[in-house]
Amino acid sequence: MTDCPMMNRRRVLASAAGLGLSVTFLGRPALADTDSALDKRKLVVVICRGGMDGLSVSPPVGDADYQGLRRGIAYKPEDVLKLDGTFGLHPALTSVHALALQGQARIAPAVATPDRARSHFEAQDVLESGSAQVYATTSGWLNRALEALPASRKAQGLYVGATTPLILRGKVQAASWSPGKGVDETARLPTLLQDLYRTDPLMGPAFARGLETESMAQAAMTAMAPPVGPDGQAAPGMMAPGVGGRGGRDAARKLGATLAGFMVQDGGPRIAAISLDGWDTHAGQAGQINTRLTYLDAVLSGLNTGLGDEWKNTVVVTVTEFGRTARVNGTNGTDHGTASTALVLGGALKPGGIIGDWPGLAQPALFENRDLAPTLDMRSLFKGLLADHMGVDRAALEARVFASSADARAVTGLV
Amino acid sequence: MSLPSKDMMAALAVTRFGLGARPGEIETARRDPRGALIGQIDGRGADQPQDNPETSAQRFVAMRAYQELRREARDDGDPKTVVVQQANRAIREKAAGDFLARARLGAGTPDGFRERWALFWANHFTVSGTKELTAVMVGPFEQEVIRPHAFGRFEDMLVASTTHPAMLTYLDQAQSVGPGSLAGARSGRRGLNENLAREILELHTIGIEAGYSQTDVTEFARALTGFSVGRETEDRAGQFVFRENIHEPGARTLLGKTYRDDEIGQGLAVLKDLAAHPATARHIAFKIARHFVADDPPPALVARLEQSFLKSGGRLDRVARTLVEAPEAWEPAATKFKTPYEFLISSWRLIGAQPSAYERITVPLIGLGQRGFSPPSPKGWSDMAGEWCSPDGLIKRLQWSQAFAAVVADRLDPNQAAVAALGARLTAPTAQAVARAETRSEAVALLLMSPEFQRR
Repeated sequence: MTDCPMMNRRRVLASAAGLGLSVTFLGRPALADTDSALDKRKLVVVICRGGMDGLSVSPPVGDADYQGLRRGIAYKPEDVLKLDGTFGLHPALTSVHALALQGQARIAPAVATPDRARSHFEAQDVLESGSAQVYATTSGWLNRALEALPASRKAQGLYVGATTPLILRGKVQAASWSPGKGVDETARLPTLLQDLYRTDPLMGPAFARGLETESMAQAAMTAMAPPVGPDGQAAPGMMAPGVGGRGGRDAARKLGATLAGFMVQDGGPRIAAISLDGWDTHAGQAGQINTRLTYLDAVLSGLNTGLGDEWKNTVVVTVTEFGRTARVNGTNGTDHGTASTALVLGGALKPGGIIGDWPGLAQPALFENRDLAPTLDMRSLFKGLLADHMGVDRAALEARVFASSADARAVTGLV
Repeated sequence: MSLPSKDMMAALAVTRFGLGARPGEIETARRDPRGALIGQIDGRGADQPQDNPETSAQRFVAMRAYQELRREARDDGDPKTVVVQQANRAIREKAAGDFLARARLGAGTPDGFRERWALFWANHFTVSGTKELTAVMVGPFEQEVIRPHAFGRFEDMLVASTTHPAMLTYLDQAQSVGPGSLAGARSGRRGLNENLAREILELHTIGIEAGYSQTDVTEFARALTGFSVGRETEDRAGQFVFRENIHEPGARTLLGKTYRDDEIGQGLAVLKDLAAHPATARHIAFKIARHFVADDPPPALVARLEQSFLKSGGRLDRVARTLVEAPEAWEPAATKFKTPYEFLISSWRLIGAQPSAYERITVPLIGLGQRGFSPPSPKGWSDMAGEWCSPDGLIKRLQWSQAFAAVVADRLDPNQAAVAALGARLTAPTAQAVARAETRSEAVALLLMSPEFQRR
């Protein structure tokens, strides 16, 4: 990023402080940046639930073993959107590919949580809690990151959906929102209810945050009309896996644009999460994953366009609880595996190649002769983004946001 | 541990163990709150929402016929013909009818505990409408698997679930082929699918804390090969079939025990052992305690339920009775937060009515994140307050409560309704807020949104 005022200030600081200090400074952009730049930074985490198949998201068509392992569900080199000599993107990821060509989207092709049980629920717990062990804590790492931000740069967290997922649960009351009729926060009833909820530790803070979010919703919604589909059902915040075709894609794009609509407002959330379901492709994978990736691409495209000028301050990361078996199974699908692909996008991202190493698909390289082997701990990716992009204090990051994660060293240089 | 007053117990019996109070219900339960619940435990099973319902086999065949019609229309280049759309609507309406019937039973039954118990097991053995073929069989699955066995033996419910077309299609078992079976060897392409085997271990029986390996999962998946569903062209269309030609031959070893090849008997023997496994008793005891009593349930309650399950050989009527008799289950502080379905059903119960049309219940459920018959994963709906008590969830509940109250308030005395709905659980601040409301409809909305009505 070549933000001029910031660079000037950095240069001024460096010359004033002398060479030795300036090197340290420049090596730690989180500290070198001024608060006024940092307090615009935005992070969106897209959780793809069900175990997203990384080998379909970014097919390693240049890997000699790929076609043999995937057989009938392998993509041919000419079918994918080319990234480099090894990887392409799935043909449905056209918006992501366009961003990649501008250096604003990269892949981490072999990333995994520290969990190896191949259970959806255990792995989602570890992914969202950010702990090394399953069910070790009841708060989520994005919530602890909100907690760790200094008072001068406090950020709001938002989840788009009717419930609150673990990743945003914790001490800081995060907002959640999905399309609906709207409530007038100044009306009598909400005020009376706030009184009744005063002693309820859950309902009180949740309701207060809900009312605040409602007051932002009107502006955010301008990006998406109508909020509820003509059948009264297919509201974007709660896309049913059954919603197909163009309608589903438009709804997904509006979902991304609406989330962006919240984030661009003054005082709007700077940390947000959304979930997309339906990635558990045990059978007939090709069709299902095409639909799901079409939606994912549309959500990301909606975010990109909706954020407009703020895109330059944003990083979006899409993650899943685990990847899937390297080999096709007996029903043209894949079973629960280990490493998968994370997509990292945003105007704040530095251009570059793949993030982390590619272990390859040769049989000895497979994890337990079955799955793509992980070369990058997901926490390393998150830690790098929280430190360098969001300016979360490194000590707090190690001690509280990702406790016991010393072996997962932060990926640096992404922004 | 001492028990609360009779008045408090009556309120808890109807609201915590049941689905909320219909008018007069708490008063009726007052004489013998525990007896009122024990009397609902019925060895014949839970109530059926519909008389003479369609079977899962009929639904399977109907869905296949619809899919064939749709395929032909696509091949003809005209996928949206009137005929296809009508067929689509007809088949959707079947599933919608099942859901409405279930909601009406929940809102109308005097035996709320019996229904809650059935709903717990339906969520334990989740099948979901997120898959098209399964979607039309969710209702029949509850009728054929859950409700008949709700107070029977756990093993019977487990076997019924594992051999039911809804489960076999939802978790991909129907297509799983043993690589060394006749069909597997011949095709060389079709093979194992371990989805159902894994979820039986993790979710239905011993739970992941029990500790098992990938090898255990794979071995179980091999043992289950052959468990399938009759195709629409076969005699047993849409019913369970065991296909010998796709069953993986040979003995299987899992959890340290070897099972000889006995065709269908091999998979059934594994299920029998899993049902009797001590880890299963622990896993299920914890889930019951969490569902009915507290997100972090008292260990003493979990231990009681576990012992009851083990000692009775997994008899669910005994386990239900143990729950009702446990003093820990009667703690007056209500920490459970109602799921959207529980909230809506209890609101209809409050006014002594039932939802009259599918849309009345399904549209708000979608907004509240609990689309009917469609849990997002085989784990089923969450039982945790932190998940449901979200900012957006509360706003949506308020919106719905205002709309509901506007329609029903005229026929209610809000002060009486508050007492009838909550009994001794009604707190002074809520009673006061209801009494001081500006309008009847504001009073009813306040009651519906009060902490003690939202919790149980």
